[in-house]
Amino acid sequence: MSDTSTPATTKISTYLLMIVLVVLALSIVALLLAVQVYLVGNEIVAGYLLVIGFIAMGMATYVLFQSRKRVASMKIEAPKVMTTVECRKCGVKSVREFQRGDFVFKELDACQKCDDKNLITAIYKEVKEKEKTYGV
Amino acid sequence: MSVVPGSDAISQIISVVFYGVFIVFMFYGQRIQMYIMIREVEGSLYKLKYIKEEGRKIAIETIKEIGKPQTDPTARVDRYLEYFTITPQSMDPAGLVYKLDHILDVRDTRLKDEVKFMAPASDEIQVNNLENTLEAAMALNFIYKVVRHYYIQGKKTLSLYIIMQLQMILPLVMKEAEAYASALKAFAYGQPIGDGAGPLVVAKLMHGYETRKVPKDCVVATVPIEGRTAFIIKAEGPGGNVGKPGDAVKAVIAENEGKISSVIMIDAGLKLEGETVGEVAEGIGAAIGGPGVDQFKIEEAVVQYHIPIHAVIVKEDIGDAVSPMRKEIADSVDKVIERVKNVILERTKEGDKIIIVGVGNTIGIGQ
Repeated sequence: MSDTSTPATTKISTYLLMIVLVVLALSIVALLLAVQVYLVGNEIVAGYLLVIGFIAMGMATYVLFQSRKRVASMKIEAPKVMTTVECRKCGVKSVREFQRGDFVFKELDACQKCDDKNLITAIYKEVKEKEKTYGV
Repeated sequence: MSVVPGSDAISQIISVVFYGVFIVFMFYGQRIQMYIMIREVEGSLYKLKYIKEEGRKIAIETIKEIGKPQTDPTARVDRYLEYFTITPQSMDPAGLVYKLDHILDVRDTRLKDEVKFMAPASDEIQVNNLENTLEAAMALNFIYKVVRHYYIQGKKTLSLYIIMQLQMILPLVMKEAEAYASALKAFAYGQPIGDGAGPLVVAKLMHGYETRKVPKDCVVATVPIEGRTAFIIKAEGPGGNVGKPGDAVKAVIAENEGKISSVIMIDAGLKLEGETVGEVAEGIGAAIGGPGVDQFKIEEAVVQYHIPIHAVIVKEDIGDAVSPMRKEIADSVDKVIERVKNVILERTKEGDKIIIVGVGNTIGIGQ
């Protein structure tokens, strides 16, 4: 599901990218100007330009990362599903990845320890992240 | 000449900018707020479009893979995604349930036939799974179209209230769309989903006992539990199927001439935020969702013979219900069986006949 993506819906908007690049360029100009003004001796203006330059640069980078993050979050991830195979007679249990055609209570080939048939007893996905409790 | 009070040029510029921003916000604040909301909705709409397209693609690929069609099924899938169902007129509500039941039956038959046309090489289980896959894709298509409709309408009319309403319900809509997206793969592969908690519990109870078919698309097994005779009902698996438990319960009650001492229903129940997934709760009433037809039939049958009806539910949210079954839900099976046995011991006598129904989609669960 997440292997391929539709270009029209997953790429970053060109309009947004253009704005980010312009702001980035302006921030660099502000930083260069800051250096120039500082060399001339106007330390206060240099300070202002430095602050403006850094803020603009930070904001542009943040917006760029945020939009990349949004594109990444658009991918649908298929969860890993596991199958529990169990021998009802000797109780040997094994867990393997789900295979197409598996279903709960499907009889599989004979158990390696005894002659009884193996049985699929559970199919589930494991969710790693814990739910937030919000302190209540 | 200084425009605003202040000593240097910088503070004057800042003051002018401040006044400018103040004036702009005074006149255009609402419009700016609306544009921000529109951008937010637009982002979600792009995501919905992506999910919808992926759903369609998965459905087509699965049909090609399983059904081995002679011709390209794309056009037929696109037509399928646009199917709609018109619910019966409710001005005169008498007999409404049976009218709805008929409409749903016709819909089910029609959609199954369509799947058989699209995927001629598939067996009955695969037809059911493909139907479920297509229904999930259909739901995604519908969600996308509705959100797009309100988005365009809001943009056209520049109405803050249309956009605001859409933006407010969007997190819930997105959650549902994401749940359907993860359901697609589960349906395509035939994996059990969270909604299958009920069928899983009863499958464990009936496993090893002989089963027979009951109307419609259900199976029943006669199982001795705690000295009572239990008629255990579930939809026939392992294909994606919910059956019609209403008809099945009615049939079993009729077979026993109403001499049933209790009906116990097991289903997946929607949890509230803060509750734990897989939590088991007990109650009274017909635990069954859907359009209400089966609930009506079960209630009608138990009322006719004055049969007490109990419910045991496994709590989960909408996302868990339609995506591959979580371990917590699979692990809750034994807890549910324990609760059911408690109900049997406390509410019935030895030698009594009872009905236990596992309600839900039995995809990936045999019997």
